[in-house]
Amino acid sequence: MSEILVLVDHVDGEVKKVTLELLTLANRLGDAAAVWVGAGYEGSKDKLAEYGAKKVYLAADEELTSYVVAPKAALLAQLAQDKGAAAVLVAATGEGKEIAGRLAVKLGTGVLTDVVDVAEGFVAEHSIFGGAIVAHAKVKEGTPVIAVRPNSIAPEAAPATPAEEQVSVALSDTDKAARIVERVVEEKGERPDLTEAAIVVSGGRGVGSAENFKIIEGLADSLGAAVGASRAATDAGWYPHQFQVGQTGKTVSPQLYIAAGISGAIQHRAGMQTSKTIVAINKDAEAPIFELVDFGVVGDLFQIVPQLTEEINKRK
Amino acid sequence: MNIVVLVKQVPDTESPRKLKSDDSTLDRAAADGVINELDEYAIEEALRIKEAHGGEVTVLTMGPDKATDSIRKALAMGADKAVHLVDEALAGSDALQTSYAIAQALGQTGYDLVVLGSESTDARTGVLAAMLAERLGVPQLSLANKVEIEGSAIKIQRQTDYGYDRVEASLPAVVSVVEKINEPRYPSFKGIMAAKKKPVQSLGIADAGIDAGQVGLANAATEVVDFAEAPPRAQGQIVTDEGDGGVKVAEFLASKKFV
Repeated sequence: MSEILVLVDHVDGEVKKVTLELLTLANRLGDAAAVWVGAGYEGSKDKLAEYGAKKVYLAADEELTSYVVAPKAALLAQLAQDKGAAAVLVAATGEGKEIAGRLAVKLGTGVLTDVVDVAEGFVAEHSIFGGAIVAHAKVKEGTPVIAVRPNSIAPEAAPATPAEEQVSVALSDTDKAARIVERVVEEKGERPDLTEAAIVVSGGRGVGSAENFKIIEGLADSLGAAVGASRAATDAGWYPHQFQVGQTGKTVSPQLYIAAGISGAIQHRAGMQTSKTIVAINKDAEAPIFELVDFGVVGDLFQIVPQLTEEINKRK
Repeated sequence: MNIVVLVKQVPDTESPRKLKSDDSTLDRAAADGVINELDEYAIEEALRIKEAHGGEVTVLTMGPDKATDSIRKALAMGADKAVHLVDEALAGSDALQTSYAIAQALGQTGYDLVVLGSESTDARTGVLAAMLAERLGVPQLSLANKVEIEGSAIKIQRQTDYGYDRVEASLPAVVSVVEKINEPRYPSFKGIMAAKKKPVQSLGIADAGIDAGQVGLANAATEVVDFAEAPPRAQGQIVTDEGDGGVKVAEFLASKKFV
């Protein structure tokens, strides 16, 4: 079987769930070979093995993480060529897609982004135009570079004993043109990442104020969920912009999406339409969000959400 | 400073967006064309940089004839001139080819700074800034929510999942911006009138030194195999709150094993 390179997405050694999803997908298409860039591998090696990494390429050189994107693309390009990889998978995050883009230019091959599944022959499935159309696409020649949307593949444990290999790449001046001088971590508490979370609770215009977002956070915390917000809410300054779900914000695809006080304009739907189960609470029975729901309640979110939170906490 | 801002005309999100059944490319006739939303932030940032540091803002668009509407809007906001890369041969180009064509066109315009939106609302690939930086061999300053320039030094805050990275580089560079980096201005009446007189140069592939064998649908690195409308979601259960709405939701979540 050919190797499928999987770029490990980790923050200071903590592996993101999407990496496990990519390993599962890679093993369906060939043999998963994880590519670890930076420090912290020792703490996560068991997890990669548990989810089927048959090989791990270790690139610990600090230089690789000191510049924006380019060094990782350089490393992957070299590995893809040296190892004759059949495909390269990355997470379809902001940075993951950029790595994929540079890599495709380097390899002179095609890139498929925001993919939700990959079938035999590396035919990739996309959900486009806010989920209105399902399209299949492929790279015509060369090594396909595929960026896969987090939460699209169910990760499966498939224990392996990975062979480890230290690798390095010589960086050009161009690769080192944009230097990261500081990483600023903004406090976000214990909640899971928005794009990785199994459950997302979002608030919109109906929430009415920044103060009232505590109600949304309370429900999210009762479910161990991430908090999202519609554009109306982030534009009003009630919730930070990085939590915006929608066409100009994050695309999420959780197991459960709860929308409170969100009417469901196309702008928002584009960011959450592929969620598996959708629940909405809105006082307007005509709100378009109700067209998407598995369960909806027409009513006052200030009554319903606290009652729901209390009921969930009671059932724990 | 020679600032080039990239503008893309996209189908309006509010109108029906379709692919054509014959070649699986975007059906531009089915939807109204509008300027890509994030590009408005790019234009605004370019104008602010010009206002602070002097120079000229050139709009560069690749797209069919009717993309001139978006060019006029960018000029009405205050850009000085425009270059429209327009050629039948470019139709159906994918991201890799588009980055090649734009890189070639930038060779014609020259640039100290290229500014673009971090993604378009139609294809949403989010790869162009990275591809351009790779092709041009200049710093990639992407996903910026803050840009500062001093002489030839440029610093940005790059938005990340955990917060942001402070990134430093030297001009020339490619900068992509995220929403909320600024508040885009509305074109004034005076701006709209002035835009009509601003120069718009049309550039064909030969003018830009673009190899016809490297662009267009037939030469694309990727191809759409098939597509279909997504199956509609099954109509769910909708109830009106009668004082127990929260409990009802909890019961539903329990039935699905979420609680």
